[in-house]
Amino acid sequence: MENRRRPTPAPRTLLRPPRLPDILKLMDWTHRLAGLFLVTLLPAVAGAAAPKGMVDVREEVLDNGLKVLLLENHRSPAVTFQVWYRVGSRNEVDGKSGIAHFLEHMMFKGTDKVAPEEYARIIQKHGGRSNAFTSYDTTVYHATMSRESIGVAIELEADRMVNTRLQEVHFTPEKKVVQEERRQRTDDRPRAALGEVTRAVTYAVHPYRRPIIGWPQDIERMTLQDLKDFYRTYYAPNNAFIVVAGDFDSEEILARIREHFGAIPRGPEPPEVGQVEPPQRGERRVQLKKEAELPVVVMNYHVPEVGHPDSYALDVLEMILSRGRTSRLHRDLVYEKRVARYAYAGYYRVSIDPTTFTLGAQAMPGKDIAEVEAAIDEVIGRVRDEGVTQAELDKAKNQVAASFIFAQESNRGQAMRVGFYELTGGWRRMNEYLGGIQGVTADDVQRVARKYLDRDCRTVGVLVPQERKRS
Amino acid sequence: MKRWLPLLLCLVLAPQAVASAAMNAQREILPNGMVLVTSEQPALPIVSVQLLIRAGSRYDPADRYGLANLTSRLLTRGTPTRDSMAISGLVEGMGAHLGTDAGRELATVSLSILKKDLDTGLALMSEVLTEPSFPEKELDRTKQSLLASIRAKRDRPGSIAREAFRAALYPGSFYGRPVEGSRDSVRGLDRNAVVDFHRRYYRPDRAIFVAVGDVTHEEMKRKLGEVLAGWEKSGGAPDGPVTLQPPERTAVKINRNLTQSNIIMGHEGPLRSNPDHYAIRVMNQILGGGSLSSRLGDSIRNERGLAYVVYSYFLATKETGRFQMAMQTRNESAREAIETARAEIERIRRDGVTEEELADAKSYLIGNFALGLETNGDIADFLGQVEYLGLGLDYVDRYPDLIRKVTAEDVHRVARKYLQPDRLILTVVGNLDKAALGN
Repeated sequence: MENRRRPTPAPRTLLRPPRLPDILKLMDWTHRLAGLFLVTLLPAVAGAAAPKGMVDVREEVLDNGLKVLLLENHRSPAVTFQVWYRVGSRNEVDGKSGIAHFLEHMMFKGTDKVAPEEYARIIQKHGGRSNAFTSYDTTVYHATMSRESIGVAIELEADRMVNTRLQEVHFTPEKKVVQEERRQRTDDRPRAALGEVTRAVTYAVHPYRRPIIGWPQDIERMTLQDLKDFYRTYYAPNNAFIVVAGDFDSEEILARIREHFGAIPRGPEPPEVGQVEPPQRGERRVQLKKEAELPVVVMNYHVPEVGHPDSYALDVLEMILSRGRTSRLHRDLVYEKRVARYAYAGYYRVSIDPTTFTLGAQAMPGKDIAEVEAAIDEVIGRVRDEGVTQAELDKAKNQVAASFIFAQESNRGQAMRVGFYELTGGWRRMNEYLGGIQGVTADDVQRVARKYLDRDCRTVGVLVPQERKRS
Repeated sequence: MKRWLPLLLCLVLAPQAVASAAMNAQREILPNGMVLVTSEQPALPIVSVQLLIRAGSRYDPADRYGLANLTSRLLTRGTPTRDSMAISGLVEGMGAHLGTDAGRELATVSLSILKKDLDTGLALMSEVLTEPSFPEKELDRTKQSLLASIRAKRDRPGSIAREAFRAALYPGSFYGRPVEGSRDSVRGLDRNAVVDFHRRYYRPDRAIFVAVGDVTHEEMKRKLGEVLAGWEKSGGAPDGPVTLQPPERTAVKINRNLTQSNIIMGHEGPLRSNPDHYAIRVMNQILGGGSLSSRLGDSIRNERGLAYVVYSYFLATKETGRFQMAMQTRNESAREAIETARAEIERIRRDGVTEEELADAKSYLIGNFALGLETNGDIADFLGQVEYLGLGLDYVDRYPDLIRKVTAEDVHRVARKYLQPDRLILTVVGNLDKAALGN
């Protein structure tokens, strides 16, 4: 591409899982930039078209338990190949936080057949892109290549599913890399640090309380043996699934996947995550004091995950509160009262276990954060007391319908959505989404606001800026 | 690695063939002087539009930095018939997106919309482009919000480092200043200045209009004729050349209480029109094109564990160019990281690259080029740049050969010529005591 933008580096990323997955969260209003509303892509245009509003997925399960989801379409000349492991920071235990993410880094350190760091190099030399990310619920390895080259990614992924060599010589420098990643993502970013500490208080029991990247001391104390044990426990065909989207022939690619993954033996079933967050009875508050310019507030409310019938109305509520300049939070806090620099709501719907509905804002210079918090509460109070209008509901539904079409532009995005749905209860649920949203009424929205946006069930985090030290 | 070879061979033709045939681009200069570029992509009932206009911060008057940016932001904040919220309400109600942005050379207005709403979207786009009313109240709001953003930027060490580096590299130039201006300059902007800037620079003969999606060239031309009929040419003279002062400083160090030092090193580089552009791309891909598989990635990240992200790039536009590399490392290892990066720059100048590195980098650049043209927005971005830079619509066909032709000797030559270790400007934002870099 031409050089208008600063090229983005492509390190392995650890993703904050939420925003990507949902079909509709494609147009984040904070991205006011030209053309930056990036949409993601889509399925079946040629051949057997799926019914309107549906994504056409072919599902196959190999004998070793590896599920394969194929989204064949021939709209653009590339294929995205993704391996999803059903393991994320959710599966970690106290004292070992960050292990899923650390292992993700180590998965690039080679096998008996492939030299350390060769994985990314081989993909690149075949004209492709690759990366990986870890979230609360999953660890995903993905590559996008031309139709002719995608076999390379299939072979490499099959190899490292069971043959990754975890060696001290790579472990030591990679630990430093992970520590740098933590400093860069969290420690030197006041808002990220606030999010981390607020989450840690939001959950008392459930593993979602731990940061994906891990606590600094846990990373420091991590051993190679920890990683080996974790790898052996969770990396097996029966604890993974594959998503392929793009320009390929389903029979042909399935044969290739069987050829490379078919012989990998099934592993023991990994342990289940059993923790259930007990009901919260009373607001929790947390402060973070850190050198920063402007105060920030975040509020986490406990809400159900994707499979719950209320999740549709919560999604619509999020849109009415936060999607676009005419949404309630922006209009009230940013535009009219001018107390906040930005204000948003985020519902991280596509989650395995119950999740959070988050509201947040940053104060304008000279404004008190208490005033900002009160303004958010007032907006929520009005929804709870008076409900939402039909016009707001219609706008949200139009946005969902349009986003569904824009989403079809990108193979990778479409594969991501299918993957997150598969992870959290089955990809078929994705095809219920449009209908679920269309069925939401104004009463539903008011009902879920009353039911879930209850102050006794929230955790409020405030960033209290400290003056910069002069050294 | 022999077993990969057959696949490598296949790759060479495929992406190129697809990209060019599928692009189906057409270009035409309309009577009002605007260049229209279209690419019909009928697979989905959507259209992405991008208008590029020579109205970036380059045109800010000397005492009014940030004017181009403020003007761009205010376009969608009111017209004679609609106020700010009415404009946003109309766009959001269609599930569309209408955005404006200003860069240093160009400002952009972009629209993505369902085909069925295209007429409404274009009419609105033309309204905000040609008849913005710049209400005082919106001006005041936007200025306040810009001042807050300028302040919030101080919480992002990477932004501080990039700004400091630019300021040192381009002293006294718009290239060295933030597009949004400074606290003091933004405070001084007023409505008259905005109105004047808009009247002067938002003109069709300064604009490139790109439309990609479910619309034909003729259809687009007809629609634009309807909505932009009254938009008049400026007839102004073309822009003169940009003159840049040589940098005076070789190091900029900003002390902050951070865990990491944010390091940028770089210097001036060739323009986009330089014939060595493609050899430089290949060279940079090998030097620092990616955090994982490049020389900088290997020595700084993989071997020494000094950084999570390290990369370099050559940015080349119509009027300027630069080489820049960036990394973040804990303060205590800042020196080691800087020395390691310098050593890699020296090494590629001294020894050049291997045939294997060359072949790998070329395959990547060719394959990745096609992968980057997936969405209508990708294609619109691409075509806009192709037109602005004068690369020609056949660029998509020529690109693979331009890369393929590059030899190891070319790479070595451009490394020696365009990497200039003695001219590197070092920028560090971090805890300078811990970094032992001096104040």
